[in-house]
Amino acid sequence: MLSLEFLPGDTEIRDEELGKLCTRVCALLRKEDWGPDALDALRRLFLIVSATKYSRRLEKPCVALLQTTLCSPTCPEQLQLLCAAVLREMSPSDSLSLSCDHIQNTRQLGLVASVLLAQGDQQQVRSLGQRVLKVLESRQPEGPSLRHLLPVVSKVTSLAPDALHEEQTRALSKRLGDWLRYASVQQGVAHSSGGFFSTPRARQLGPVTEVDGAVATDFFTVLSTGQRFTEDQWLNVQAFSMLRAWLLDSEPGGSGAPDADDKSELEGSTRSVLSATSTASHLLPPQEWLREKAFEYCQRLLEQSNRRALRKADSDLQKACLVEAVLVLDVLCRQDPSFLYRTLSCLKALHTRLRGDPAWVRALLPVAQFFLHHGEAAAVDAEAVYQHLFTRIPAEHFHSPMLAFEFVQFCRDSLPLFGRNLGVLRTSFPNLFKARSFLAWNSPPLTSDFVALLPSLVDAGTAVEMLHLLLDLPCLTAALDLQLRSLQAASERPPWDVSIRAPGCLEAFRDSQAQGLFQHLLRAQASGTVERLTPLYRLLQPLAGCARVVQCAEAVPTLLWAFFSAVTQIADGALASELALLLLERSDSLYQAPGYEAGVHRVLSSQFPALCKLHPPLVVEHAKELLEFVGGPRGGGHVLTSVVWAIGEYLSVSWDRRCTVEQINNFFEALEALLFEVTQSRPSTTLPKCPPQVITVLMTTLTKLASRSQDLIPRVSLLLSKMRSLAQSPARGSMPGEEDAGAVRTRATELLNLLKMPSVAQFVFTPSVEVSEPRYHRDTNTALPLVLRTVSRLVEREAGLLPG
Amino acid sequence: MVHVFLIHTLRATKAEEGLCRVLYSCFFGTENSPNDPQPHGAERDRLLRKEQILAVARPSLNQQPQSSDDPVRLHESPCGAFRLTAGDPFQEPRTVVWLGVLSLGFALVLNAHENLLLAEGTLRLLARLLLEHLRLLVPTANLLLRADCIEGILARFLPHGQLLFLNDQFVQGLEKEFSAAWTR
Repeated sequence: MLSLEFLPGDTEIRDEELGKLCTRVCALLRKEDWGPDALDALRRLFLIVSATKYSRRLEKPCVALLQTTLCSPTCPEQLQLLCAAVLREMSPSDSLSLSCDHIQNTRQLGLVASVLLAQGDQQQVRSLGQRVLKVLESRQPEGPSLRHLLPVVSKVTSLAPDALHEEQTRALSKRLGDWLRYASVQQGVAHSSGGFFSTPRARQLGPVTEVDGAVATDFFTVLSTGQRFTEDQWLNVQAFSMLRAWLLDSEPGGSGAPDADDKSELEGSTRSVLSATSTASHLLPPQEWLREKAFEYCQRLLEQSNRRALRKADSDLQKACLVEAVLVLDVLCRQDPSFLYRTLSCLKALHTRLRGDPAWVRALLPVAQFFLHHGEAAAVDAEAVYQHLFTRIPAEHFHSPMLAFEFVQFCRDSLPLFGRNLGVLRTSFPNLFKARSFLAWNSPPLTSDFVALLPSLVDAGTAVEMLHLLLDLPCLTAALDLQLRSLQAASERPPWDVSIRAPGCLEAFRDSQAQGLFQHLLRAQASGTVERLTPLYRLLQPLAGCARVVQCAEAVPTLLWAFFSAVTQIADGALASELALLLLERSDSLYQAPGYEAGVHRVLSSQFPALCKLHPPLVVEHAKELLEFVGGPRGGGHVLTSVVWAIGEYLSVSWDRRCTVEQINNFFEALEALLFEVTQSRPSTTLPKCPPQVITVLMTTLTKLASRSQDLIPRVSLLLSKMRSLAQSPARGSMPGEEDAGAVRTRATELLNLLKMPSVAQFVFTPSVEVSEPRYHRDTNTALPLVLRTVSRLVEREAGLLPG
Repeated sequence: MVHVFLIHTLRATKAEEGLCRVLYSCFFGTENSPNDPQPHGAERDRLLRKEQILAVARPSLNQQPQSSDDPVRLHESPCGAFRLTAGDPFQEPRTVVWLGVLSLGFALVLNAHENLLLAEGTLRLLARLLLEHLRLLVPTANLLLRADCIEGILARFLPHGQLLFLNDQFVQGLEKEFSAAWTR
C-alpha cells in the first residue's frame, strides 16, 4: 500500500518553532522591511503551512499582518504572492477579515480574489464578483491591467452562476464581443530607451502577423503574432480563453427568459440573414451580439489553422484553437439553431481537410461530436463520419495516450446519441479494445468506462470474437507495446524504457509466420473469424511482466463479468452453447501473465453454469467435448468443479430427451476415474493438493448420475464407502486437513443414505422442472432441504435400529 | 478551467515504493456543497482538500522517472490523462492531465469536458518554465522553498486556473515580464 505524504521532516516542526517563525515574520512585516529576510521568512512560513494536511494555527496578529501586507500599495509582488499563498493554504479560515472593497490596483485585487475564492463561501464569491465588475465598469475601455480581472470573473461565474445580475451579464457580454472582434491590428508600441544622449522614442512596429509570417489579413485573434501586444489584444486573448465557459454560464436559464422560447424556423432564418451583415448586427441585443462575434472569431480561427506555422509551439496552438473553435460552434448552434446552416458548410469542408492529415487526428473527435449533436438537423452523412473515425484511424495513433483517452471518452459520452449508428461502433470493438489496452496504466476509471460501454458493444453476431479478444487483452497489450518499440529506432528509445531485455521479442514481431497472427490480433475491425494465437503467447512471454500487461490482466476479469451480464441477456441457445465451448477451450489456453489465469478461471467457473442454465441441452449436445475436457489434462480446480457440477445437474432426460443411458455411463466412468486420480495421487510440486470441493462435487455428481441410471447404484455406493473410509484413515493421501476430511466424510455419508432410497434420490437429484421453481422451496411442505434432512434422520434412525 | 495544479515526486526506484510526496499544490477556488445543510468546519474542509490532492497524485505513480543524464526533451516526456468519477475524490467528475519530467510529476485537475489539447500544452509550458526558472536540473535546487516563483508563474500563465491560448510571442512577452519582476 503506497503511502503519500506531503513532506518529510518539516511535519515534525513543533508549534513553538512555528511560533518563533511567526514572530519573526510579524516583526519584519510590521516595519515594512521588504528585503530578502522577509522573503526568506515568508517562504519558510509557506512551506510549513502547506506541508501538512492538518492545519497549523497562526497567531491572529500574524494573519492580520499578512492581510495588510497583501493590500499594501508599496509591497513588492514577490512578497504579496507569498502572503496570498499562505492565507490560501490556511483556508477556509474563520479568522480572515480580508476585504476587496478598497483595492484599486487590479493585480492586487486579483491576488485578494484568489484568497477569497478559496474560502468556499458562496456569499463572499458573489460579493467579490460584484466588486470586480464594478472595477471593470469604472475603467476606461482601454484602461491598464484589466486583464487581471477577467479570469476572476470567469471563476466567479463558474462557482456561483447567479453572482452577476442579468444587466451586468449583458453588459459584459457586449464588451467581450467588442474585445473579440475589434482588437487593434497594429502591434504594440515598443519603447526603446534610445542612446545616452537621445530621448526615448516610441517605435511603431507595424501590423500583426499570422503564424506563418504573413501580414494579418483580417481581425486580431489568438493566432495573431507580433513582438509586443497592446492591452486590448491581451483582452482579446482572455476573452476567447473564457468564451466557451461564459457562453454556457451566462445563458439565460429557465423558461422565463425571452430567448429560451421556441424559435420558429422562419424567425431563425430571418435572424441569421440579419446577423450576416455587420451593420445590421449593431441592432442585436448583447447575448446575440456576443454569439455573432464569437461565430466570426471561430470562422477566422478555422481559416488561420490552415496556415503552416513557423514555430512548433504555434503549430500546437493551432490544433488547440481548432478544437476550441469547433467546441464553441457546437455551443453556439445549441443555443441558437440559426447558426447551424452557416456552420455546417465550413465544418464539412474542415472534416474533409482533417481526415487526410494524420497530424490533426485529435481534432477529428470534436468534429464528430458536432455531427452527433446536430446530426438530425444537419442531415449530414454521419455514418461516413463515424466509419472513418472508427476504422481509418491508424493503429499507430493509439500509442498516444491522450488520443486513446479522448477516444474512449468520446465513445462513452456519445453512446446515448449513437442511435442507429451503433452498428459501426459494434464492429469497431477491436479498435476500442486497443485504446483500452494502451490505457492500462489507469485501470480503475477506465475499467468503469468500459463496463458502461460494453453492453452497447455486445452483439450476437460478434460475441464469440469479442470473448476471444477479451481473453487475449493482456496479449494484445503486449503486442501493442512491442509494436511501439519496433516503431522506434533503437537510438530513440526513451530513457525510461528499462523493462525489455529480450531482443528476441522484436525479432518475433518481424517473423513472417507470426505476422499473420499479429495482424489479426492488431486488427481494427471485427473480422468474423477466430484465430488460435497460441504461438504468439510464447513469443510475447518476455513481456508478461511489464507493468502495462499486468495492469491489463488485473482489469480483464471485471470486463469479463460485464461482458457476460450483457451477453446472457441477448444470447439464444446456439450462442450460449458456442460460448460454453469457448470457455472450456480457452480455460487452459491463455497468455501467461502473473495471476491472470487464476483471475480468469474464477469468472469462467461461475459463467459456465450460468450458460448451461440458459440452455441446459448444451451439456448433452456437447457431451463429447465435455468428456474430453474431464478426461484430459487440466489445470486449476475452479473450472473443473463447475463443469462437473453442470454435468451432474443437466445430464438428464428431463433437460434433453436425447440423453442416453450410454452417455450417462460414459460420464460415470470418466468421473470415477477422475475421482480416483485426484484422491490416490500424492500431492507433489507439480500437482497441487486437491481442494475438497472437487472431491465432494465429484461424489455428488456421480451419485446424481447413478440415480438416473440405476445399474450404477451399487458401484457408486462402493465408491462412496471407499471415500468415507479414506477420509477416516490416518494415511489420507491427498486430503491432509481435518476439516476437509470431515467434509468429505459427511458428504459421503449423506449420499450413501440417500441412495438407500432410490426413488427419493431420484427426486432429489433429478427434480422435474417445476421443482426448480422457488415456490417449491418457500413452501415448507415441499422444501428440498427439509426433505433431505428428514430422509437422513429417518435412515440413520433405521440404521441405528439394525444390529451391527 | 483548472481546479488544482500540483507537483509531486515520482517513484525513483522500486525500493522507494511508498515514498511519493506532494511538493506543491494550488487550489483555484473551491467546490461548494450547496446541498449540504450542515456547515462544515473550516478544519474539515481543509483536510478534505488535502486528501483530494493526495488522491489525484496516486495514479500517476506508475510512471517511471527518466534518468537525468539525457537532456530533457519536454515534448517527449510521458503525458497522459485519466478521469476521476464524481465523489472520488471531488464532488464533480474531473479529468486529470499529468506530465512526468525527470523525477517530478505535474498535474492539472480540470472539468470533466475540457479542451485537452490546450491543457496538455499549458502543462508542458508550465513544466518548462518551472524547470528553467527554478533551475530544477541543478542538484541543489530546492523547489520547496521557492513557492513565490511558482506562484508568480502561475499568476501569469494560469491566472485563477484559466487556461490561456497563448501563442509563442505572448509567452515570450510574459516570460520577459516575469523575469524582470523577479529578483533573485
